[in-house]
Amino acid sequence: MNKNWPLWEVFVRSKNGLEHRHFGSLRAADAEMALNNARDVYTRRSEGVSIWVVESKNIKASNPEHNGELFEPAADKAYRHPTFYNLPDDIEHM
Amino acid sequence: MTNENLIQYLYGIADNSLILGQRLGELCGHGPTLETDIALTNISLDLFGQVRSYFQYLAELSKDDLTEDDLAFLRKEREYKNVLLVEQPNTDFAYIIVRQYFFDVFHFMLLEKLQDSKNVNLQAIAKKSIKEVAYHQRFSGDWLLRLGDGTEESKQKAQQAVNDLWVFTDELFHVTKDDEAVIKAGHGVDVRLLEDDYYTKITNQLKQATLEVPETKYFQKGGKQGIHSEHMGYILADMQFMQRAYPDMKW
Repeated sequence: MNKNWPLWEVFVRSKNGLEHRHFGSLRAADAEMALNNARDVYTRRSEGVSIWVVESKNIKASNPEHNGELFEPAADKAYRHPTFYNLPDDIEHM
Repeated sequence: MTNENLIQYLYGIADNSLILGQRLGELCGHGPTLETDIALTNISLDLFGQVRSYFQYLAELSKDDLTEDDLAFLRKEREYKNVLLVEQPNTDFAYIIVRQYFFDVFHFMLLEKLQDSKNVNLQAIAKKSIKEVAYHQRFSGDWLLRLGDGTEESKQKAQQAVNDLWVFTDELFHVTKDDEAVIKAGHGVDVRLLEDDYYTKITNQLKQATLEVPETKYFQKGGKQGIHSEHMGYILADMQFMQRAYPDMKW
């Protein structure tokens, strides 16, 4: 029998208006405990205004063995960045 | 109300947080899991922060040129006015949680009322501290449910801790002569008025945790008069060592 509590991933929003970002993981018996633990472990130096927790097993991750087919084809397609347009001088903040 | 009344009243509040903070600090690096280790030492630091506010105010009130460090580290055992509950040892995790819950519920009720004190310093400290204590109560209350309504072993240990620590709860509501004067002046909280609500609240929580509520009518007391249990000397030896060995040492 596995005596460890399940693993949870913690996402924290550091300021209103920003998105939640992955901060790390921890162990907890259920979601409520995971939230409390995340509060104690990851926000004790006022890093956050909101926390999400999700049990790690619910995350489907891409397989590193497939990196070739998944990610490498994008490497030589610089034209997918919108960097080849001439911007009129009057447009600011681009 | 004399200055000395107020000083003794403040010790009665601040020393509870000081000694419980010290007890929880012993767990640093020794908590049952990384997460609970950090949670308990966070609570310890919250309590020490509150103690500093009280002691800085106390240092202002004292006629001698005392600092907050003198008050924390250089008093003798009889001069500490904490209740017996907070000096009880970290026997196991159930003891730690039950001791914390029994204290947190009282602490929260006290601070709630202290916010209306005529004393602006106490008002300010209470307003700042109550959010921290609201979380402490949530943490310990939640764990009490988990332990009581958990496995057979956790239930048995939680029940043992409840039975052993119950006898220290009544002292929370004792009022000394100094307290009486401070209450009369509108600066202090009459804790006797909180007693019924306190027992209703913890009784409900124990029932929800499927634990038995002890029926004993015999209670321990003494800490508020400076008469402590055998554990207190060891706590102070640990806590005061640096200041006694290296007087006036600063970090």
